[in-house]
Amino acid sequence: MTAPLLSIKDLRTYFYTPAGVARAVDGVSLDVHSGETVGVVGESGCGKSVTALSVLRLVQPPGRIERGSRIELEGRDIMAMGDAELRAVRGDRIAMIFQEPMTALNPVFTVGEQIAEVPRVHGGMSRRAAWERAVEMLALMGIPSPAERASQYPHQLSGGMRQRVMIAMALVMDPALVIADEPTTALDVTIQAQILELLAELQRKLGTSILMITHDLGVIAETAQRVIVMYGGEVVEESPVRELFAAAHHPYTEGLLQAMPRVGQRRERLAVIPGTVPPPTAWPSGCRFRDRCPYAWDRCAAEHPPLYHIAEGHVSRCHLADEPERRAEKHEPLVVRAGER
Amino acid sequence: MRDDGGARGAGRGTRAEQPAAVSASRAPHTAPLLSVRDLAKHFPIRKGIFGRRGGTVKAVDGVSFDVAAGETLGVVGESGCGKTTTGRCILRLIEPTAGEVIFDGTDVRALGAEPLRRLRRQMQIIFQDPFSSLNPRMTVGAIVREGLTIHRLAEGAAADARVRQLLEEVGLRPDYASRYPHEFSGGQRQRVGIARALSVEPRFIVCDEPVSALDVSVQAQVVNLLQDLQRDRGLTYLFIAHDLSVVEHIADRVAVMYLGRIVELADAEALYREPTMPYTQALLSAAPVPDPTTKRRRIVLSGDVPSPANQPPGCVFHPRCHHPAKDAACTRIVPPLEEKAPGHWAACIKQTPTGVSWGEQQAAGATSPPERYMPVTAVEAR
Repeated sequence: MTAPLLSIKDLRTYFYTPAGVARAVDGVSLDVHSGETVGVVGESGCGKSVTALSVLRLVQPPGRIERGSRIELEGRDIMAMGDAELRAVRGDRIAMIFQEPMTALNPVFTVGEQIAEVPRVHGGMSRRAAWERAVEMLALMGIPSPAERASQYPHQLSGGMRQRVMIAMALVMDPALVIADEPTTALDVTIQAQILELLAELQRKLGTSILMITHDLGVIAETAQRVIVMYGGEVVEESPVRELFAAAHHPYTEGLLQAMPRVGQRRERLAVIPGTVPPPTAWPSGCRFRDRCPYAWDRCAAEHPPLYHIAEGHVSRCHLADEPERRAEKHEPLVVRAGER
Repeated sequence: MRDDGGARGAGRGTRAEQPAAVSASRAPHTAPLLSVRDLAKHFPIRKGIFGRRGGTVKAVDGVSFDVAAGETLGVVGESGCGKTTTGRCILRLIEPTAGEVIFDGTDVRALGAEPLRRLRRQMQIIFQDPFSSLNPRMTVGAIVREGLTIHRLAEGAAADARVRQLLEEVGLRPDYASRYPHEFSGGQRQRVGIARALSVEPRFIVCDEPVSALDVSVQAQVVNLLQDLQRDRGLTYLFIAHDLSVVEHIADRVAVMYLGRIVELADAEALYREPTMPYTQALLSAAPVPDPTTKRRRIVLSGDVPSPANQPPGCVFHPRCHHPAKDAACTRIVPPLEEKAPGHWAACIKQTPTGVSWGEQQAAGATSPPERYMPVTAVEAR
């Protein structure tokens, strides 16, 4: 296999808060290869967004990327880069699409100016050429009458249009990697379908790699080739997308898949994962999911599980890989015994 | 009086009468608990510094439905379709512009302040955002207790006991009563919101996107809790959501809204099996399916939802519609919500059967006769 485009090794991003050290990202490793879409899925507080920000070194104090964390893009060490070098990478080689297009766009500049700024600053393009490029990008995004739209301000556009502008800004320098952090979460479902379609088409045309961060397993199933499931600041499972949906190994992934209501599959009662995500200042010892896990036994409290090999390209951070017979012994999770549902 | 805002085209037809469209399929012989007729809420658009009237946003524009006791009516639609405004108009948290709201025989719109306050004991609401709907300066106990005090249901030690009992019923530890909202996660806060609504022992609850802000695993907990409470207490819900899968799971019947109107209304199972209005078809097919082995045809709608301040004439969905028989008549005739199959109502003059005759359609410029169009959807592709 060729060298990955992006390689993250043992990433630790901690926040030093009055309530203690929040270990938001705690030893995450992942690779993204050229032209592929990797999905990162998990719930609020699992560390997926902080992982994304860390790749571009956009973490603000009191947050800090810890020593020993390695982030490499095309073989270059991002952690060792100076400000100028880092600026050249951001927007040029790696671009980011955020969840909330209204807050990510500047309200006092036209969308054309905001797109054109990128090739002017990063590509040294003339004002006129950059503007033409911006209009061209809007056309590529499937926006009707792009020349007129370019002269409009963000508030004059709908949510779906604004997200198209964000994508145009991200792709204008033809980056190798796009990090999309919940790119469709704020959008209505029919608009979400348009945006996902657009991203897939652009990827086919431009060969861009995508790191797709989302809480929505439906979006993952439709976009990603490989999936990384995060919980408690860690990768708990990684698998090719089909295998994850057909044969999830980690009890958390299993719970997520079962808890999701699906169109066309009406059931009497939804399966739940009881309890809530523990605070990042106090991850439980051993396995971080054990309080909520229906299989947990004493080993789970005593021993932090490593990523076990399950199958080709499939790993899981669960001792069940070592003692599979325990899967037959399902019981009430600890949080339920403690009086919570 | 209905305010037309002066924007309707000359060829725009009249709305057909639709009294039966809306009755609950369950318990057909008993009166519904809630009955809504021709509900409308129009917001004026003010222009300039003198507040000149510039037009009207028809947030809700002639909505009718019934909800039977013990039933859950789901209301789905995208941003700006009027689903939240509908829920709030029913409780008169927003004053409707026109229409009738009858709750258990009482005309809600005719009530003065004091009778309305008393009625609200029976009609409660759970909000979407568990972060902004709880007062951060009050303990959870005080929040849940407030309704008991206002409606003089309990005081002193009896109220304390009741609060603890309510917290327990929604799956929270009773000793959480002394804590503040910021100490809880989103799902736990939503449980507090539910306990607050339950404290006055309502019969009817408007659930306004109660799980939309929650993570998947927590969402399932809250959905199950709402279903348990309904079963144990015989509650009636109006369940508003944009997430089709959650609505399918919890609702007995579903109303689909688009630009302030109900465009389809049917039993949940029938609606998901045979979505009839082209908008419903697109909405269902757009939802991402969590199954990487299904490759299905998706109807990707072009364009955005038009502004409710500037609605298209005729069928409000026609600019984005994918029905093969769509023609000039769709731009002129307002489609009535009509019964396409028993208990299954949809607003589309091109979807057979229709009461809008071919002659009538031709007079409005029709070139394509109505036909039954059922594209492969998410449900059928399995």
